[in-house]
Amino acid sequence: MTIWLTIAGMALLTVLIRASFLVFGQRLSFPAWLNRALHYVPAAVLTALVVPMALAPQGTLDLSPANPYLVGTLVAGAVALLTRRTLLAIVVSFALYGALRWLG
Amino acid sequence: MKPFALLLAGARDSLPMLVGAAPFGVIFGTLAVGAGLSAGATLAMSAFVFAGSSQFVAVSLIGAGAALPVIWLTTFVVNLRHALYSATLLPYARDWSARWRWPLAFWLTDETFAVVEHRFRSQGAAGGQWYQLGSSLAMYLNWFLWSVVGVWLGKAVPGLAGWGLDFAMVATFTAIVAPQLKKRPALAAAAAAGAVALLARGLPYKLDLMLAALVGVLAGVACERLAERRAAA
Repeated sequence: MTIWLTIAGMALLTVLIRASFLVFGQRLSFPAWLNRALHYVPAAVLTALVVPMALAPQGTLDLSPANPYLVGTLVAGAVALLTRRTLLAIVVSFALYGALRWLG
Repeated sequence: MKPFALLLAGARDSLPMLVGAAPFGVIFGTLAVGAGLSAGATLAMSAFVFAGSSQFVAVSLIGAGAALPVIWLTTFVVNLRHALYSATLLPYARDWSARWRWPLAFWLTDETFAVVEHRFRSQGAAGGQWYQLGSSLAMYLNWFLWSVVGVWLGKAVPGLAGWGLDFAMVATFTAIVAPQLKKRPALAAAAAAGAVALLARGLPYKLDLMLAALVGVLAGVACERLAERRAAA
């Protein structure tokens, strides 16, 4: 049941955020500092999710080149940075990750 | 232009966005099933939340056993940027009734915002609600259908999650973030958030994520202000 409560809460929060100005109009104001802070939310949240999974997939720090999560993440980042092609980065790094898992 | 022509134009102008969102819909459906969500819950999330990045993050949090308030708080933080879109579109929506505003707000994604904001700014917003409805419906159906494909894939290939599909999430997030890191404040935000997430990993209720996000955002803002001050000096 918790999952339905989770989804209902997520749905409610999201629609209220999206409706904020469009529906409730000028009664709201958007402070400049918040606008500025929001720019960094995606980079901060996504990196916070990635780093522990890449560097410590089993819970303890694993910086060896035999860690497929670490190698895959570095390759995904490099391909995305160089080509700006998100999907290519995902496919290439996933294939490499799979190969490393299969070999190891 | 007539309403129906505007509706079609909105959908047509969203075509590149539809193609871009498709693989993420599939990955989302597959990962959600792999994380233990039922097909119904997965599709309900795509149908009622309809916000890709927060859906991905929620699935990874659910998989990690995060507490409900943490999932909600994260959803709020990740989706807060939509308030900015809502504010930006407001001047174009002056003569829209509430019957238009609520549904169009519900469907306001990054992609639809990008498409309609460009249109309204360059060609004016006459009949804009029909144009936005076209983009919205196209994005919505597209996201739902590709989520269905993902769920089907996750169910049809048993044990797909055990193949290290959790890495697909890592790869997806990395590929989204990496190009942003060319700018120094974003790099500072990512580095700080990553370091805190690593050091604080394993905090109860997945609070490590909130802590890391907070420190990361502060680092980004601080770095930006520092650069401004240097430029002014």
